Amino acid sequence: MKVYADNAATTALSSAAKTAMLPYFDSIYGNPSSLHSFGQEAARALSSARDTIAKHLNADAREIIFTSGGSEADNQAIISAAMLGAKKGKKHIISTKIEHHAVLHTLDRLKKQGFEIELLEVYSDGIVHPKDLEKAIRSDTALVTVMYANNEIGTIQPIAELGGICRERNVIFHTDAVQAAGHIPIDVKAENIDLLTISAHKFHGPKGVGALFCRRGITLTNLIDGGAQERGKRAGTENVPGIVGMAAAFEEACTNIEANAARVSAMRDRLIEGLLEIPESILNGHREKRLPGNVNLCFKGIEGESMLLLLDSMGIAASSGSACTSGSLDPSHVLLAIGLPHEIAHGSLRLSLSEYNTEEEMDYILTAVPQVVARLREMSPVWKKMQEAK
Amino acid sequence: MMYSEKVMDHFMNPRNVGEIEDADGIGEVGNARCGDIMRIYIKVDNGIITDVKFKTFGCGSAIASSSMATEMIKGKPIEEALALTNKAVAEALDGLPPVKMHCSVLAEEAVKAAVKDYFDKKGIAYDPKEFPDCESCGYCEIDKCG
Repeated sequence: MKVYADNAATTALSSAAKTAMLPYFDSIYGNPSSLHSFGQEAARALSSARDTIAKHLNADAREIIFTSGGSEADNQAIISAAMLGAKKGKKHIISTKIEHHAVLHTLDRLKKQGFEIELLEVYSDGIVHPKDLEKAIRSDTALVTVMYANNEIGTIQPIAELGGICRERNVIFHTDAVQAAGHIPIDVKAENIDLLTISAHKFHGPKGVGALFCRRGITLTNLIDGGAQERGKRAGTENVPGIVGMAAAFEEACTNIEANAARVSAMRDRLIEGLLEIPESILNGHREKRLPGNVNLCFKGIEGESMLLLLDSMGIAASSGSACTSGSLDPSHVLLAIGLPHEIAHGSLRLSLSEYNTEEEMDYILTAVPQVVARLREMSPVWKKMQEAK
Repeated sequence: MMYSEKVMDHFMNPRNVGEIEDADGIGEVGNARCGDIMRIYIKVDNGIITDVKFKTFGCGSAIASSSMATEMIKGKPIEEALALTNKAVAEALDGLPPVKMHCSVLAEEAVKAAVKDYFDKKGIAYDPKEFPDCESCGYCEIDKCG
């Protein structure tokens, strides 16, 4: 059996998205900036895609900028807010310890340019406390950026509350909603969001395309200069097939959001409950405030990469926050931020589900994972010591 | 990152996994904090390593390196085991990705640590310089592995 349980990394393209995209490769190939009928047909598709994305975020179409993906949108949002702040002498930025690298590394760059970066704690359940944000905001705070939901441990932040605090204190609020969009409902107005990032391939859209919501009145800084595309804020001929595919996937995901969330979270809960029966296992992240598809556990005494290799040999695709999979010496910064010691963080396993997964696949995962854990523990000197210590 | 077929074979079907109850030498290197620990047990008879077993906590290449190292020293004289280099282990595995070379270093050190333990137990004299400690590998910063 082949089971794809790495949907937080990327998802399969939906057939609706694929069907929507196909004509835009060879039949409707005009440049949306061209005046002729070929171009205008593509321009209409672009405009309709913008309307669709805006509608499901409760935004205005003019507030949507298409980008090459989540990383670009995060970069542009943060750099824009930093530039706006710097003009007024505000160089303090607040974020969290569990952001995606697209956010953290952009903040690192700003730090080198003289900005002061303050990263909030998330505590053992991975949740940002609004009180901490209230305390951290200063008169020179230019931006608060807090991810909507975490890619590793799936925790969903109290975005409306955090956004409300920022609105009250007149600070720009950005949220990286790459993992949340299409999976849980988002309303930029009700949640007081100024800037928001989404990425198509996380909700069964194509790779290489994303969008940035930018509330009216906030001036973006260009990352790419050139033509006047995207209201002059993002140059380059638009990725028309990609944008059309993203809109079709988003429409489908948002239309079915409640049914999908119910079905996927039921599978998630089965996995969490079943896998927690393995001795010395820990659930990472908040039990309830959690993305419908996210399962993340640590199994003491074993290492993540070897778990992934064995699972892959059994046809199961998963992910881990171990150092060996991150390509560095340290395990995932997210697992360390929720207080896990290094040796336990190395033994993490993330299974991320989508509505394309089935109950039969969950049965298979529930049989395979305990076998893999037992096999690796059998050859682990760390596990042996843990047993002897008992 | 791609592993060679040999690495995958030794990871999927590791040779000499286990423990030796009355081992003549036991060597343990690495640190759980860094994500790799290797423990090698040897049985020595008349200067020959007659049996060897290992237990490893670590990634695929750590398990494969331990497996390969035990195969390379089994049935060999102590001197040959001491001459085993990490490069030889990596080559026998048809290479390791650059970020995984430290796994072969750990395997070399685990073998040496087991032999050193054997020498210590038997009161056999040796040159301490022949037995570098974990920190000499330089892969991980010492403070992180402390």
